[in-house]
Amino acid sequence: MLDPGDLVKDQAAIAHKARKPSNVSAERTNWPAALLFFSPAAILLIIFLVYPTLYTIGLAFNRGRQGAFTEWVGLQNFVTLFTNDPNFINLKTFPPSGAIWNNILWIIFYTGFVLGLGLLVATLASRVRYEAVIKAIVFLPMAIAATALAVIWKFVYSPDANTGLLNAILGVIHLGPVSWLGNTAFVNSALIAAGVWASVGFATVILSAALKGIPTEILEAARTDGATERQIFFRIILPMVSLPMSVLAVTLIVNVVKLFDLIYVLTNGGPGSTSRVIAFTFYQEGFASGQFGKAAAVAIVMLIVLIPVMIFNIRRFRQAAVV
Amino acid sequence: MTQHNALAGPAIQDRPRTLSGRILKVINRTPIHVALALIGLIWLAPTIGLLVTSFRPRSDIQATGWWETLSTLRFTTENYAAVLGAQGMLGAFVNNLIISIPSTLIPLTIASMAAYAFSWVKFPYRDSLFLIVVALLMVPAQVAFIPLLNIFKPLGWTQGYIAIWLVHTAFALPFGIFLLRNFFITLPRDLIEAARIDGSTDIGIFRTIVVPLSVPAIAAYGIFQFLWVWNDLLMALVFVQKGENFPMTRAIQNLLSQYGTEWNLLAAGAFLLMVVPLIVFFSLQRYFVQGLLAGSVK
Repeated sequence: MLDPGDLVKDQAAIAHKARKPSNVSAERTNWPAALLFFSPAAILLIIFLVYPTLYTIGLAFNRGRQGAFTEWVGLQNFVTLFTNDPNFINLKTFPPSGAIWNNILWIIFYTGFVLGLGLLVATLASRVRYEAVIKAIVFLPMAIAATALAVIWKFVYSPDANTGLLNAILGVIHLGPVSWLGNTAFVNSALIAAGVWASVGFATVILSAALKGIPTEILEAARTDGATERQIFFRIILPMVSLPMSVLAVTLIVNVVKLFDLIYVLTNGGPGSTSRVIAFTFYQEGFASGQFGKAAAVAIVMLIVLIPVMIFNIRRFRQAAVV
Repeated sequence: MTQHNALAGPAIQDRPRTLSGRILKVINRTPIHVALALIGLIWLAPTIGLLVTSFRPRSDIQATGWWETLSTLRFTTENYAAVLGAQGMLGAFVNNLIISIPSTLIPLTIASMAAYAFSWVKFPYRDSLFLIVVALLMVPAQVAFIPLLNIFKPLGWTQGYIAIWLVHTAFALPFGIFLLRNFFITLPRDLIEAARIDGSTDIGIFRTIVVPLSVPAIAAYGIFQFLWVWNDLLMALVFVQKGENFPMTRAIQNLLSQYGTEWNLLAAGAFLLMVVPLIVFFSLQRYFVQGLLAGSVK
């Protein structure tokens, strides 16, 4: 479902070990080269990333009609979002609902299942000779556009038992048909399942590389000492892959915050607004309803949620660079 | 970038010598094989189902499920003809190329240059500026949409391709600079110093030493960026506003909202969108996985 580049961004930042070029300080500033090589990127980043970010931060405190600064409203956009917009977050019901709540469900279940299944597939596949084939099959959805994934899953979830695979299988045991995407009770689980299916391959490839990094001597020694496979898994393998697991978890959470295409194509946030997520709300407020001030506030909420990851990345990077 | 190719990694095998030993091993491993077969099935069936459907006649699709194809065995390419012709997917395919190729080559060039500056050119605040680039990695694209539309719309850039090229380029830069800088600084210092002493300019060093030695990293980044742009819907939704410029993701989204259950058209359309990424994936798998693993494990 996403773009692989996006997936790798933050975790590359986290796990990276930099080698700082030594004795650069001994040289003098090379202005012509610095300008020539760095200015194109600097200009683009300032115009298309830094300036727009500052503008949007301002707009979040403005009415923002037509996307321009029209009337300052202080924190009103944020207050409306969190207290008076049941589509964004509604704490008055149990369980709560709204886009933020759905994102929390996504973070818990999507991240949990992707990590769990990724580790399972990586572990099982490492014991057979057709490992490469299994990994390629599971990884394949990573190359596919979220739009195409959405078509694939809309087809699987079709309420017509002559079209949808899932309802055909239920039909065999005389159940259903179920409208997976049209029923408010199932829609979020159905979407998360499609998301998990699309991302397990990524976790499998990363964790499989981590598993191969465990020295075979350790495993052999444990086996010689009579450790069971279960003990080996929980006492040796799991602790040794915990770092790549946590890096992956951060990556997957970032993914969830940015999640848009899959929801937009599969359900358009519906039925009603049951399957909205934060990035969908941004699009809905800004480009469907024209409430640019409110949309800017949503974008700033997204940015704030990602700031801890940003700080974490910089810290990791600086630590690595100093060593 | 010295990771082994994970998809081709060897399985650890201890082979029993005797026949009974082998049989015992097969029996012991049966649950693993069954579980893996089930996993393979779950991950293949949805995609295969849509692929089969895209070649079935419309009447068959409406009468029976794709899993019953074996009992009818009728195939047709009409769906592809319909979606490419009447539904304009051929034009959308061309639009994908027009959008993706510059949106890959421009950031590739600019990010390589900036990465060179960050690794081998001395200038003030260089490392602090690089930390800002690392921070920009996490900025969600949504944060820039409203002000950028304010800039692009009056200029008419959203009616052409300029807006989408520019946003894809800008949002690709932080990751590109980050990835390539981390590769470039691993190049041997002596080689670059020697070239400087021999009188090479920075342009010369960049073109004849740094770029040729960094092909794996540049290729990995290029493939990612190309697939990301090819598969993107969100940016196209906001920054491509003229119907005849729509890429395939938007064309399929339109098909879905117009003919929600015309699976013959939807299946063929989805496969046309998937075909290029699948070719890239299978032919350049090594770079693809390498890039994915870049720095992530060790």
